[in-house]
Amino acid sequence: MSETTIYLEMNNIKKSFGDLQVLKDISLKVHEGEVLSIIGPSGSGKSTLLRIATMLETMDNGSIKYMDKEAASAENGSVHYAKPQALREIKKNFGLVFQNFNLFPHKTVLHNLIDAPVHVQKRNKTEVIAEAKALLEKMGLSDKEDYYPSQLSGGQQQRVAIARALALKPKVLFFDEPTSALDPELTGEVLKVIKALAEEKMTMVIVTHEMSFAKKISDRVIFMDKGVIAVEGTPEEVFNSDHSRMQEFLGKLKHE
Amino acid sequence: MSFFNMLEQISSGMLHTILIFFFTLVFSLPLGWIVAFGRMSKNKIISGITAFFISILRGTPLMLQLMVVFYGPYFLFQLPIGNWRFPAIIVGFSINYAAYFAEIYRSGISAIPVGQYEAAHILGYTKVQTFFKIILPQVIRIILPAVTNEVITLVKDTSLAFSISYIEMFSITKQIASTQTTLMPFAIAAAFYYIFNLLVSFVMRRLEKRLNYY
Ligand SMILES: Nc1ncnc2c1ncn2[C@@H]1O[C@H](COP(=O)(O)OP(=O)(O)OP(=O)(O)O)[C@@H](O)[C@H]1O
Ligand SMILES: [Mg+2]
Repeated sequence: MSETTIYLEMNNIKKSFGDLQVLKDISLKVHEGEVLSIIGPSGSGKSTLLRIATMLETMDNGSIKYMDKEAASAENGSVHYAKPQALREIKKNFGLVFQNFNLFPHKTVLHNLIDAPVHVQKRNKTEVIAEAKALLEKMGLSDKEDYYPSQLSGGQQQRVAIARALALKPKVLFFDEPTSALDPELTGEVLKVIKALAEEKMTMVIVTHEMSFAKKISDRVIFMDKGVIAVEGTPEEVFNSDHSRMQEFLGKLKHE
Repeated sequence: MSFFNMLEQISSGMLHTILIFFFTLVFSLPLGWIVAFGRMSKNKIISGITAFFISILRGTPLMLQLMVVFYGPYFLFQLPIGNWRFPAIIVGFSINYAAYFAEIYRSGISAIPVGQYEAAHILGYTKVQTFFKIILPQVIRIILPAVTNEVITLVKDTSLAFSISYIEMFSITKQIASTQTTLMPFAIAAAFYYIFNLLVSFVMRRLEKRLNYY
């Protein structure tokens, strides 16, 4: 991995909410083409970490770099961001897929996809539409481009949300529990799409509770516990680790 | 005075009623947004002052507010108020209705899930784009029924202009009724207000239907 480009680097991230220290000195790197899964018990800080990486949340300490460019750094609660122009460029590097989709309900599927490329990135509309249609095709949603999100199943909505994120051509795509708002029978169709992206070497960071899925598609897995990275390595290394909290975590999942 | 005579005089007042209605909406609907943003400001002083004024405007009679706006310039600064009557009505109505609209807008905005802002932010929308392209279209759909209620109230409230002797439909009606000692003018005026509101409801319902596309 060391010879490939580092897309994301987070160093010494710390974050507290009031007295609760949610992230305690977390560092991680994401390489080009890599699929990194983040697993761990509820409340261990996985979402917070993603929200800090995508700058939806501020950090107290640490630094975030995309493509070797510093996006933000913080010391003792005061955050310093890159200059607005540079930051806007840096933010183009990543996309985020939310647990509850957050599609725009007043826009059709197609317009959910093309609005940001056309109005934010100011790209050619005809070109964007052609690409959006190709993306929908890939997601198995070609016949749904004129539907409104409320007319779709949860699984379809989440696939639209993935397509919407991909329409901006991010280098890294983050997922925060992309299937946990879905009925079990709809989970599969979303996981299939993510798996297809992994096969195309899309760089992804996935927070998930789907252990067998994480085991299958990840190049690397991080097990978070109480705000620290407790175990990190290949799926085999992590799932076979004798770390007591990891064993406890896997045991609990089995009994659910 | 014949029935048609009454009808003619009362309907001449109708024009003034419509003017009050129209200008009040033209000014108060946008002004309401400014007030709503003031109310939602992160600056505690701005939001505090705005909240105070909203509560005064909603907590005191509109008739009293009209009188303050109309007589204020004269009582406070000895300014001539000869031509001030109609502007004063529009100012008084607009400020009062802006306060009500502001609270409606605010409740509409707070009904939008934070995830909509976060999604827009991640997709690179600026704050202004997020508001106009993502938030506002959803807010308008949410608030339209409440706005309709206010607009219907406004049709009836225009009659309060009689309190500062502005000659609109209601003051003419009252005049005729007292000189002719008959209830007929009131019946005619009631019919006018009622038909006006039927029209308003019809237009607003059409609008609601058009916005119910998702
Ligand atoms: N905005 C916030 N304000 C206060 N506390 C918060 C906030 N966001 C998260 N927390 C707390 O931080 C801790 C970590 O939350 P986080 O959402 O990162 O956990 P998680 O690992 O994603 O859990 P889950 O698997 O349930 O999604 C939790 O105790 C949570 O209550
Ligand atoms: Mg979470």
